[in-house]
Amino acid sequence: MSYQRFKNFVGSLPTHILVIALVLFWVTPSMGLLVASFRPVQDSNTTGWWQVLSARPGASEYRQYCAECHGDDGEAIATANLRDPDLISSFRRSIQLAATFSNEYDGTIHLPEEQRPESQELADILAYLRRQSGVESRPRVTINNYVDALVGYRGTTSYTADCEAETQPADLSCEFVDDLGNPRGMARAFLNTVIVTLPATLLPLFFAAFAAYAFSWLHFPGRMWLFAIMVGLQIVPLQMTLVPISRLYLQLGLSGSFLGVWLFHTGFGLPYAIFLMRNFIGSLPRELFESVYLDGASHWTAFYRLALPLSAPALASLAIFQFLWVWNDLLVALVFLTGRRPVLTYQINNLVQSLGGGWHLLTASAFLSMIVPLIVFFAFQRYFVRGLLAGAVKG
Amino acid sequence: MSARVPNIMRQGRVVPWLYLAPSLIIILIFIVYPMFNTGYLSLRNGDSTNWANTACVEGQSCWGTLENYRYALTSELDTTSFASTWRTFWISSFGNNIKWILLMVSGSVGIGLTMAVLSDRVSYESLAKSVVFLPMAISFVGAGIIWKFVYNFGTETTQIGLLNAIIRSLGGQPVSFLTRLPLNTFMLVIVGIWIWAGFCMVILSAGIKGVSTELLEAARIDGASEWTVFWRITIPIILPTIAVVVTTMVINTLKIFDIVFVMTGGNFSTNVIANRMYTEMYVNHQTGRGTAVAVILVLAIIPFMYMNIKRFREQEAIR
Repeated sequence: MSYQRFKNFVGSLPTHILVIALVLFWVTPSMGLLVASFRPVQDSNTTGWWQVLSARPGASEYRQYCAECHGDDGEAIATANLRDPDLISSFRRSIQLAATFSNEYDGTIHLPEEQRPESQELADILAYLRRQSGVESRPRVTINNYVDALVGYRGTTSYTADCEAETQPADLSCEFVDDLGNPRGMARAFLNTVIVTLPATLLPLFFAAFAAYAFSWLHFPGRMWLFAIMVGLQIVPLQMTLVPISRLYLQLGLSGSFLGVWLFHTGFGLPYAIFLMRNFIGSLPRELFESVYLDGASHWTAFYRLALPLSAPALASLAIFQFLWVWNDLLVALVFLTGRRPVLTYQINNLVQSLGGGWHLLTASAFLSMIVPLIVFFAFQRYFVRGLLAGAVKG
Repeated sequence: MSARVPNIMRQGRVVPWLYLAPSLIIILIFIVYPMFNTGYLSLRNGDSTNWANTACVEGQSCWGTLENYRYALTSELDTTSFASTWRTFWISSFGNNIKWILLMVSGSVGIGLTMAVLSDRVSYESLAKSVVFLPMAISFVGAGIIWKFVYNFGTETTQIGLLNAIIRSLGGQPVSFLTRLPLNTFMLVIVGIWIWAGFCMVILSAGIKGVSTELLEAARIDGASEWTVFWRITIPIILPTIAVVVTTMVINTLKIFDIVFVMTGGNFSTNVIANRMYTEMYVNHQTGRGTAVAVILVLAIIPFMYMNIKRFREQEAIR
């Protein structure tokens, strides 16, 4: 390599290191969530997600304390075959295993005091023995967490395990399709979120397109002032509008209804939407419209057949923006829909507040709520970015 | 777009209003009316049955009709001495919001700028930028969970939170990040930066790419180092863009609700204004106080919105 190229390489090294470090910092937390969501509950709550592929606790402790007599595979002593599931399942707790240490086998004590493992090591050994003997076989990765999250299972083992043993919680019937409708499950919340998001995305689009056309190509008194005020209303934060509207809905009987949330999201998204659409429609070439009017077209035709199709990119940007905003919103759903019609964000929030641990469930639920936005984001990244830039940078 | 509309396009006096009607009605009902109503409610008492001054208690300080504002501004403070006021101010929701603004805006804009500049020079630019921008697509609740998992404080022997595991493996003692003052607000701000830096990066990147390459080439030929080129040429040119990003970020920071709500619920002195509004209104059912906090939030936002709009109108004039 020539000296110049080497110098260039070393010179650019700090840049690469910094960029890669930032990228790793950005992606690692999400990676942790994803990996943890596939781990069985017992693993998730005891070891870190980065240990998903490493040796499980218990193997080395077993080798240290037991392998000498029982053999590496546990079958060395015929009367105490550690691979026998019946034998191992009789030790439900490590205390019972510790009790055998004082027993005498063939005249010698099982394990003298100074050779006994600590309580945590003993628990690990028992877990190891249970896995080896098949009493509790646990794959490294499982989709059980996702199943549990979808049906709203809040028990201690897993939905599939409980249904097999017929010990499922009261609100589940073990008919999978029926259980998907469980109001505590993510599947139901997913449906609710879709019901909330689609109209709340489409309505602002249409209303804003109409208004933007009027502001761009129609003449009426007070046009500039009205536009400035409408766009200036972007100032008003969500919190300012929550209280009066929730009281209004209470009187109108719209509390907790989907219609109420659609209207609210539409109202809140309109100023920005009108701003965006007006910028775009207003920048369409004047000659286009003039020639159309010369040909005798009405405003409606010009709007429907000319302005609307031409402003498709802006409509797409706006749609993506509004879709992500409504899908990811918590506060509006918290105030207007509450638990009667939980959406994904509401459901996750509920899980966080009520569950102390249970990371296996939390991670799976969180990821379920993220799948659609991530897909939308990856598919339409261009439009999302364009929508952002249209509001902040000119030209 | 021209200011004058050609005669050919003036058609009817009712038609424009037909196009505007849906938007106008909805905006009137959902933004204009609530705006005034919130202001009005902030002057009424807890369940809005009477004016706020009727909630005054004999012998304690009261601001008459503005009683809710007195509560909103002073209830988190211990005003017995200057020292106690100073101390409680900085762990009150106002103090926390100030910390958020200072840390989050500088963090997001700084990292956004760094990524915008550096990724410009590597071949995997679009991949790197996509990764940093990704958190903007997920909900703040999801982000809160992701980071709550990272910050998890385990037991003596097991650490399932990444950060504490790293600290442990380096020989330190695990830290309960979300409950320990004043660290916890800082840890929450990191989540905010993680979400918003991508936003800053995208906008700043567009601004940076708009700087003419001839200018930069000329400077380099004249012997300027990369550092000088960056600070003396690029930064001054994109200063308007930076200004827009900063003011937008301040506004976004003031509205932060979900992150604090999901990760700490506002406890352990991490409360912020938006959460306070929610708590007063929907947990304590104190309409007057909740709306007063909302009004204070708007008043805090207005200066920055004004700067943003001024910037917009300046650029509009150039267009």
